[in-house]
Amino acid sequence: MISFSQVCKHYPGGHEALRNVSFTVEKGEMAFITGPTGAGKSTLLKLVAAIEKPSSGSVVVSGQNVGKLRRGAVPFLRRNLGLIFQDHKLLYDRSALENVLLPLHIAGLPRGESLKRARAALDKVKLLKLEKANPISLSGGEQQRLCVARAIVNRPAIVLADEPTGNLDADYASEIMEMFRYFNQVGVTLLIASHDEQLIAGYGGNTLHLVHGELRP
Amino acid sequence: MTSWLEQHRLALGLILGRFARAPFSSLLAMLVIGVALSLPLSLYALVGNIKALAGNIKLEPQITLFMPPGASADSVRQIETQLKELKTVRQFRFVPRDNALQDLLKNTGLTDVAAGLDRNPLPDAFVIEPQSVNPGELESLRNTLLKLPKVDSVLLDAVWAKRLNAMVSLGRDIVLILAVLLGFALLVITGNTVRLQILSQREEIEISTLIGATDAFIRRPFLYHGILQGLGGGLAAWLVVSLGLQLLNVGIGDLAKLYDAQFLIRPIDTTGILGLLVFSSALGWLGAFLAVERHLRKIGANP
Repeated sequence: MISFSQVCKHYPGGHEALRNVSFTVEKGEMAFITGPTGAGKSTLLKLVAAIEKPSSGSVVVSGQNVGKLRRGAVPFLRRNLGLIFQDHKLLYDRSALENVLLPLHIAGLPRGESLKRARAALDKVKLLKLEKANPISLSGGEQQRLCVARAIVNRPAIVLADEPTGNLDADYASEIMEMFRYFNQVGVTLLIASHDEQLIAGYGGNTLHLVHGELRP
Repeated sequence: MTSWLEQHRLALGLILGRFARAPFSSLLAMLVIGVALSLPLSLYALVGNIKALAGNIKLEPQITLFMPPGASADSVRQIETQLKELKTVRQFRFVPRDNALQDLLKNTGLTDVAAGLDRNPLPDAFVIEPQSVNPGELESLRNTLLKLPKVDSVLLDAVWAKRLNAMVSLGRDIVLILAVLLGFALLVITGNTVRLQILSQREEIEISTLIGATDAFIRRPFLYHGILQGLGGGLAAWLVVSLGLQLLNVGIGDLAKLYDAQFLIRPIDTTGILGLLVFSSALGWLGAFLAVERHLRKIGANP
């Protein structure tokens, strides 16, 4: 489902974020990327989501070579991914429901179907009662759950999460991880970047250790 | 198709919502565009009126041959025969003095003046269309006509009509140049407001591209913004000019009455209004498109 082969990523100025990274995440797998800050975890996820292009090597996601995708094809790749960010990236000028509706509007779903799906996603993350609330009025944990709802509303095959529990206390963090475990059980492939090795230890799955842009055993 | 329509409906709804949330600044932007467009539009209206007036005037050179007052029917027939023989005359028509007076009264509304006259002061006349428009040959024909017996005077009178036509043509060119120049102004105004919109929606654009929005999806609301703003500007220009013409017509009507005549500037015709609205909407769309293309690459997440 996700395959990296000898991937290097250099940024302008010479910084080498990833060096000869090769790994595979199979369909339905829950994999973790761990490592200290600056190890290249976010860069790796950005390569999967075609936010960045590899400097060399190949990144294949759902059979598509991301590095060779046309600009116009990138959005359609991303519609099959659910992205979760540490800083949530929510829109604070609209309600929780409207935030979850956004990916469905982008996909062009009819209004009735969109509303049904968005409410189902909010229900899944236990935020249905707060559908009219502005995200700014939600707690950090609720905001992250809202971000999860937005990521899964389009029923993506792959969910990418960049430090999804980074700003949360232990209880909220476990809540989010339990949600990921549930999505994985229903067939979603997950790639989660986290520096919190203790938290992910209890969830099994393949763990990739990144240090200074290189995979370590 | 349904999905495409749904996305257009959403984009339009989004922009109408933004207009509704900031009605003052939206109207102000439209008014600025309207004022900028009202200058070429008012010139267009004036040129259209002058053109309509000039359209009634024959621009081919004509020579008018006047008989002396009280000329006999024999004299008229004699001139008619001689005109038929002249090869330099293409065609001519006789205008009896009574017809000339009726035409004058009909065209000028000087009925009160005519009522004060004890007799018709106008002479019989021939309106002649020459074969050639060459100024030298026209002058030669004029001299030939002057030498005919029983002819009072000959008037060669087409130059002023040509001048008027040239002025109308110049006016049209000025309208075109002004429309192009102020079209650029509209592009700049729309581009700038859309640029500000893009900056204020920067976060939304970034997030939308991250979750799979195409450039077309991002661009669409801004294009609607440009079109609606241009359309609003066009409507504002039409209102401003129509109001201006109404006010002008009050003074023009009073002035014309003093001359016992009726003249009013005609409002802009439907073709003109439709043309204006299409022009302003298209320019609004173009300004928005250029602004979005320029800024989308800067802030978009699509590589």
